[in-house]
Amino acid sequence: MSYEANLRVWRGDAAGGGLQDFTVTVNEGEVVLDILHRLQATQTPDLAVRWNCKAGKCGSCSAEINGRPRLLCLTRMGTFTEDEVITVTPLRAFPVMRDLVTDVSFNYEKAAQIPAFSPRPREADGSHRMQQIDVERPQEFRKCIECFLCQDVCHVVRDHEDNKKSFAGPRFLMRIAELDMHPLDQLDRKDVAQEEHGLGMCNITKCCSEVCPEGIKITDNALIPMKERVVDRKYVPSTWLGRTIGRRKG
Amino acid sequence: MTTVAPSGTGAPGRARLDVRTLRTDRWWLQPLLTVLALVAFIVYSTVRAFENANYYAEPYISPFYAPCITTQCEGSTFPELFSGPAFISPALYILIVPLGFRLTCYYYRKAYYRSFWMSPPACAVAEPHGSYTGETRFPLIFQNLHRYFFYAGLVFNVFLTYEALMSFRNEDGEWFHMGLGTVILLTNATLLWLYSLSCHSCRHVVGGRLKHFSKHPVRYKAWTAVSRLNTSHMKYAWISLVFVAFTDFYVRLLATGAFDDPRFF
Repeated sequence: MSYEANLRVWRGDAAGGGLQDFTVTVNEGEVVLDILHRLQATQTPDLAVRWNCKAGKCGSCSAEINGRPRLLCLTRMGTFTEDEVITVTPLRAFPVMRDLVTDVSFNYEKAAQIPAFSPRPREADGSHRMQQIDVERPQEFRKCIECFLCQDVCHVVRDHEDNKKSFAGPRFLMRIAELDMHPLDQLDRKDVAQEEHGLGMCNITKCCSEVCPEGIKITDNALIPMKERVVDRKYVPSTWLGRTIGRRKG
Repeated sequence: MTTVAPSGTGAPGRARLDVRTLRTDRWWLQPLLTVLALVAFIVYSTVRAFENANYYAEPYISPFYAPCITTQCEGSTFPELFSGPAFISPALYILIVPLGFRLTCYYYRKAYYRSFWMSPPACAVAEPHGSYTGETRFPLIFQNLHRYFFYAGLVFNVFLTYEALMSFRNEDGEWFHMGLGTVILLTNATLLWLYSLSCHSCRHVVGGRLKHFSKHPVRYKAWTAVSRLNTSHMKYAWISLVFVAFTDFYVRLLATGAFDDPRFF
C-alpha cells in the first residue's frame, strides 16, 4: 500500500538554511533513506545526503529524524503514522556542509589523538596468543560502525561547542576502554582518559547507549568501567600512596 | 519552544534551527516521573527520619532506623554504641550511608542529572546551562567515592539482614515465629542486597578491573554473575527504594496500632 508522506527536510549550508516541506510517495517496507532518494529523484536533484551500504553497517547515513539521532537506512517508515510530519535534519553537533551532510572531521581528529594499540612482544613462535574470555569484553566495542550518532547526541559537545577541545566523546572514550581492557595492550590509559580526553566530563546519562544502532552498551560496559579504573588510579588512597612512594606502577 | 544557546546546537557552522528540540515524543515524561518519585521519597523519608518515633514494633524495626545505635532507641535490637541527645533522631546517624550510596550511584546520577539538573533533560534535547564541566570539579568530583559508600552499604545490608532474621521471633522474644512483617523485612533485605550487588562499583571490584580474566577464574565467574545482575540495576534501584519506604510505613502502621501484624505461626 502506498501513501503520500509529509516530509520536512533541512536544506542549506553553513551560511544558513531551514526546513522545507515536501510530499513524497511511500511504499510498504521502505525506510527514510528510500524516501529521501525518491525526493532526490523526483523533486530535489541537488539534495545532499550521505549514504553507502543501506544496511546499517557503514555508518554513513547518520541524521536526525524527528529530533532523534538515527541511521536513515534503519528507520522504517512504518514506525510513523501516515499523517505524521517527518522532520529530517543533519547531525546537529557538527558543522553542516550542505543539506543533510555534516563535516564529521572532529571525530577523525579525536581518533588520531588516541594512543595506538601497543601489544606486548610476540611469543617465541612469532604469534600473539590470548584467551577468548580475556578478549571478548573489548570485542563488543569492535561492533562500532563509526556512525558517530553517540558523538552527536552527547550533550557534552552537542550543547557546549567549547568542550570539543577537551572531550573525545563516547566513541573514543570507548576506544580507550577497549584498549585498556585488551589482554595484549601494554599502555596504561587511565590518566590519558581522564586528563586528556575528558572522561570526567561524562555524566553517564546514557544517551550514547540509547542511540547506538549496534546496541553497544557504551555507558555500562565501557565508560563506567573506565571511570572505575580511573578511581583505582586516582581516588584509592592505598594506590595513590603506593604510586607516590614508587612502590606501585599501576 | 526555547531558543537554543549559541554555544550549543546554535554554534556557528551548525545547521541553524531555532528550537530546543525537534523531538515529537513525550520526552519530558520520564524526567517528570523521576522528579515526582524522588521528591515523594525524599519528603517521606525526611519526615520519618525526623519523627523519631513509631519505628519499632516488636520484633520489627524500620529500615530507616536500623541499625539503631544509640541509647535513645526504642526497643532493643542492636548494641547501643553511644548516648546521643534525645532530640536527635537515631536515624540521622545512619542514613548518611544509604543516602550517599544512592546519591553517588551510577544509575541515580543519570536519573537526577536528567530530571533535576536537566543536563540533558532527554537525549537530543538542549540543556539550559551555558557551561558544563561534568564530574571534574567540586562537588561532583566526589561522585568518585561511590565504591566507599558501596562498601559501607554492604555492612548495612548485613545489619538489615540481621534485623530481618531477628523478626523470626514473636512479641515475647521467642524464636521460630513468623508474621507478615517478617516477610516484608526479609524482602526488603533481599532487594537491598540485589541493588547493592548489581552496582557498577561491585562489578568493577569483583573482577572488572582485571585485564586477564583467564588468570582469575573465580573472579571471572563472580564478574559474570554481577554483570548479569547489573543489567537490572535500574530496576533494583527503584524497587528497593519503594520497598524500603513501604517497609518503614508498615512498621509505622504496627507501631501506631493502626494495623495488627498477621502472624503465620
